[in-house]
Amino acid sequence: MNETGMSETGMSRTGPGGTGPGKTGMSGTGGSAGAAAAFTPLKRAEMAARAARDVPEGWYVNLGIGIPTLMANYVPAEREVVFHSENGILGMGPEPPPERIDRWLVNAGKQYVTLKPGGAYFHHADSFAMIRGGHLDLCVLGAFQVAETGDIANWATSDADAAPAVGGAMDLCVGARNLWVVMEHTTKSGESRLVRKCSYPLTALGCVKRIYTNLAVLEVTPDGFLVTEMIPGLSFEDLQARTEAPLRRA
Amino acid sequence: MIDKFVRSAAEALAGSAVLIDALIEQGASDLVIVSNNAGTGRTGLARLLELRRVRKIVCSFPRTSDPVVFEELFQAGLIELEIVPQGTLAERLRAAGAGIPAFYTQTAYGTRLAEGKETRAFDGRHYVMERALPGDVALVEAWRADRWGNLTYRESGRNFNPVMAAAATLTIVQTQHVSELGALDPEAIVTPGLYVDRVLHVPYGDP
Repeated sequence: MNETGMSETGMSRTGPGGTGPGKTGMSGTGGSAGAAAAFTPLKRAEMAARAARDVPEGWYVNLGIGIPTLMANYVPAEREVVFHSENGILGMGPEPPPERIDRWLVNAGKQYVTLKPGGAYFHHADSFAMIRGGHLDLCVLGAFQVAETGDIANWATSDADAAPAVGGAMDLCVGARNLWVVMEHTTKSGESRLVRKCSYPLTALGCVKRIYTNLAVLEVTPDGFLVTEMIPGLSFEDLQARTEAPLRRA
Repeated sequence: MIDKFVRSAAEALAGSAVLIDALIEQGASDLVIVSNNAGTGRTGLARLLELRRVRKIVCSFPRTSDPVVFEELFQAGLIELEIVPQGTLAERLRAAGAGIPAFYTQTAYGTRLAEGKETRAFDGRHYVMERALPGDVALVEAWRADRWGNLTYRESGRNFNPVMAAAATLTIVQTQHVSELGALDPEAIVTPGLYVDRVLHVPYGDP
């Protein structure tokens, strides 16, 4: 891939359902076909920032480990979003400075966090009752693969995996009202993570609604993947060439 | 007079870290351990594993930080592992404490963790039947306790403790602080004392 040194954080949206044009330049999903334009895939923090822009005020949100956790840093301070952690926290705030660490207050990844005014604690069964009972507006997870049917594989890379570890992923996938995935578009060796059918062990069937990759934003629709945004300089054909599953343009 | 306090960890178990250390001394073996993780480093639960006192571990996420002992035993085929989705683990414990023998959940439907399990459709959605997970003994850590065994917890330290306390036949608690009977706000007691059998005061300071 071409590296042009772009350092801006986002893409702007031309498709339906967006939050308006972004702060940075962005190519739509039409036009400029055939131009061999240079493009720079988004970095991890940029992917998190892009996904965070779309989280509406008032939503109750669980963020998975990795890039999704970074999203909390990019939700504007004036936008009230309530973060949930599986180990029994609503209203979770950011990591404290070292002198303010409270060893009793950790998130599901055992990192030190804080509680915002209005926050609450509860036990694990209540925490997952919230999740499974459909009370969370949104969960954002990383994934190995997402299929065009919305199937997600994110907990084990092969059936021979030595000691698999699922955590709360299966509960979150079936329980949250909206499941978004933030992940690299391809593996390090260039294989598409957006597939017709997952080859890795499934986490859940048909539940992913939207995907933010380092190249594009896509909706999962009854007709498969719908591209609503692409990074500047990337053509639809470029994107399709890096994607196993067929894509449609918004 | 009801007084569930015991004076030593050995007495608490004659029957968490301090309690696990006491369990190590007490000598029970062929244990089935239910815990969200499979131990860290070489102390506490990991030490119990290393001493080959555990036949099977039921957990959602064995790969927590530094699970060296578990990894060694698992790769050598010296320990059984039952992976349970985290919410299903919590609900199986809750169900055990609530007298519910089994329940249906969407979680894991269509995945390899549902293989061999009964499934059923309700209102057009698919569910997996999961069984309750009762325990013989629960080791629980509280923040405050009174002599009836009423408990409160500190912040995210609540975690699995209340459901474990209710799911076991014998519930043993270590508490950071002791309160006089009546001093805990009845509106704020998380685990009423009827779930608790023994309490050990283990103050290790307010961090």
